[in-house]
Amino acid sequence: MAEDLLHEVTQADYKYGFTTDIETDIIPIGLSEEVVRLISFKKNEPEWMLDYRLKAYRHWLTMKMPEWAQLKIPEIDYQSISYYAAPRTNGPKSLDEVDPELLKTFNKLGIPLEEQMALSGIAVDAVMDSVSVKTTFKESLAEKGIIFCSFSEAVEHHPDLIKKYMASVVPITDNFYAALNSAVFSDGSFVYIPKGVRCPMELSTYFRINAMNTGQFERTLIVADEDSYVSYLEGCTAPMRDENQLHAAIVEIIVHKNAEVKYSTVQNWYPGDKDGKGGIYNFVTKRGICKGENSKLSWTQVETGSAVTWKYPSCILQGDNSSAEFYSVAVTNHHQQADTGTKMIHIGKNTSSHILSKGISAGVSQNSYRGLVRVGANAENARNFSQCDSLLLGDKCGAHTFPYMEVNNETAIIEHEATTSKINEDQIFYCNQRGISTEDAVGLIVNGYAKEVLNKLPMEFAVEAQKLLQITLEGSVG
Amino acid sequence: MLEIKDLHANINGKEILKGLSLTVRPGEIHAIMGPNGAGKSTLASVLSGNQAFEVTHGSVSFYGKDLLELSPEDRSREGIFLSFQYPIEIPGVSMVNFMRTAVNEHRKYKNLEPLSATDFLRIMRQKKELVEMDNKLANRSVNEGFSGGEKKRNEIFQMAMLDPRLSILDETDSGLDIDALRIVANGVNKLKTSENASIVITHYQRLLDYIVPDFVHVLYDGRIVKTGGKELALELEDKGYDWIKKEVEEAI
Ligand SMILES: Nc1ncnc2c1ncn2[C@@H]1O[C@H](COP(=O)(O)OP(=O)(O)OP(=O)(O)O)[C@@H](O)[C@H]1O
Ligand SMILES: [Mg+2]
Repeated sequence: MAEDLLHEVTQADYKYGFTTDIETDIIPIGLSEEVVRLISFKKNEPEWMLDYRLKAYRHWLTMKMPEWAQLKIPEIDYQSISYYAAPRTNGPKSLDEVDPELLKTFNKLGIPLEEQMALSGIAVDAVMDSVSVKTTFKESLAEKGIIFCSFSEAVEHHPDLIKKYMASVVPITDNFYAALNSAVFSDGSFVYIPKGVRCPMELSTYFRINAMNTGQFERTLIVADEDSYVSYLEGCTAPMRDENQLHAAIVEIIVHKNAEVKYSTVQNWYPGDKDGKGGIYNFVTKRGICKGENSKLSWTQVETGSAVTWKYPSCILQGDNSSAEFYSVAVTNHHQQADTGTKMIHIGKNTSSHILSKGISAGVSQNSYRGLVRVGANAENARNFSQCDSLLLGDKCGAHTFPYMEVNNETAIIEHEATTSKINEDQIFYCNQRGISTEDAVGLIVNGYAKEVLNKLPMEFAVEAQKLLQITLEGSVG
Repeated sequence: MLEIKDLHANINGKEILKGLSLTVRPGEIHAIMGPNGAGKSTLASVLSGNQAFEVTHGSVSFYGKDLLELSPEDRSREGIFLSFQYPIEIPGVSMVNFMRTAVNEHRKYKNLEPLSATDFLRIMRQKKELVEMDNKLANRSVNEGFSGGEKKRNEIFQMAMLDPRLSILDETDSGLDIDALRIVANGVNKLKTSENASIVITHYQRLLDYIVPDFVHVLYDGRIVKTGGKELALELEDKGYDWIKKEVEEAI
């Protein structure tokens, strides 16, 4: 009976499966030095940027896809992917100039751009495919000296900052996907918060994969100068697709002395259908560095989408007294696979890190937490607390925990706790008996379970994330 | 309101209910007693739609509707409430959130607007007083870490919130201390009207001093084998079940 129950709730189809009809400028499939040059040319990039791409490309050629994750990934033919797609028009100056189709898409997603801007005061740097279509609130941010623009604009207008910080946390040699991204990245966002400035609004970027067969390679760079603060939101959902789509993003964050950065993600790329057909491959390198004393970085992620997720938002705790947090909810259903977690690298003295990971698996999915806590020889009094919980819906899914610890300083205090629990029929029946349908019961239980993480999200995101959890698991208990 | 006819039900292929019939009218209180394993909780489970049990024969109608056709949540919305013998813990789900969802689902079924947060909290406060439930309990996760007695009290609190037409209390008295028993029984009595009815499953006559039944039934081996007034409970307390078992066996 458990199985019937589980079978039904997992049968809901992806609610955001639709594509927008916007003309895109796609270059032919395949990857070569030519293609890298073409991307750079199309983007009007300076020589140094092209050199960087080429260096990355040449290094990538020497690398292999990582195989250590608990993931079964079909062979990816990197020559069958198109590496660049941009909307044909030049960037619009106002909403009137934005393609109505795009606006409609945002509306379908429940992210009305106008409302976002008017009501919540969020500056939306909406990335449609690869090129930024619209950046808002730039002026009010500019008054405070805050830079929030597309990566391409930053390359053009703030080359010194880009040269100084790009690849300073994720070098091109870091890993296979990072090298690939560095070679072909299309666009993304750049944020710079100057000394002593508290960013007055949540900065947010919505990404969307749109063009057929087009890999999406964003690049985000956030620099928080001394004594500054910023909260950054990233959310995405993608249209229904048959083909697998490759997504390899890089996010780099630099946090200077006494500064604080909060980075929140709701990830809802197309997960494939219930038979495991299609879906996004999401291979992301996210890393930040707490560079200065007393700096603080916090990652919060709600991962519900993608067929395959390979993602470890990490932090290098270099500054003394710096601290980092990783709060994660990862949901897998049907045939989804997720291998996600974090790395906390303690280098400075009195550094502390907190890891809270909540995995939820349903269907025949596989959900792994993989986390590394490393304490360097000079990291006196480092502290880490890790809590990794798994919640299972049904007995055909898998939950795995791979905690790694490398402690080279004996003053460190490292604690790890892990639990596994199951939503059982008795709980569901108890809810049913009170008039609550099975789907709502699963929603209640799952949101209760993930509460601590969801509470870390900015308000407007928390509500969206709650709905998403329930939608993702619809049909998984019945 | 409730008409059970020749009900047979299995669990894991084993027949537990073996031809049970019972009629309940509005305003009535029926006590069901019987030895361990007789099938009392099974009856409660089948009436509330627990799918672990398979009905193989017989019928149950509730206000003219075929109850067996309804999903468990619709049975609840139709007004059937089960106070569980062993209430389930649901970690992470707050009582407030749980009850609010339940109450609003019931309202939706009746085409009523959801309650505002203020109205809901006001009603919740009133009903908590009815069973003298500690405020702290209402702020915790559903039954999580509640003592046995607290869980039972919480069941009656939920019953008060949902205002059922038929409530089935499965050994709600077990695990309650003497004061709690009185409080819970008073709560049940206060909720009593001429429109609703209760089936009270118990092993002890003591509860029936507080909640006075119109009928006492003895459930034995999957059937109701004896029915009487409240004095039957006293007789059972006095003599146990052996004489009834003997009666049944002789009849065969
Ligand atoms: N899941 C199950 N699998 C197998 N047998 C079961 C299951 N649930 C109940 N039973 C059996 O059904 C019979 C009736 O159980 P039930 O719980 O209805 O008894 P009861 O009259 O409520 O007893 P008690 O007074 O002890 O509460 C018992 O023999 C019990 O072991
Ligand atoms: Mg029982």
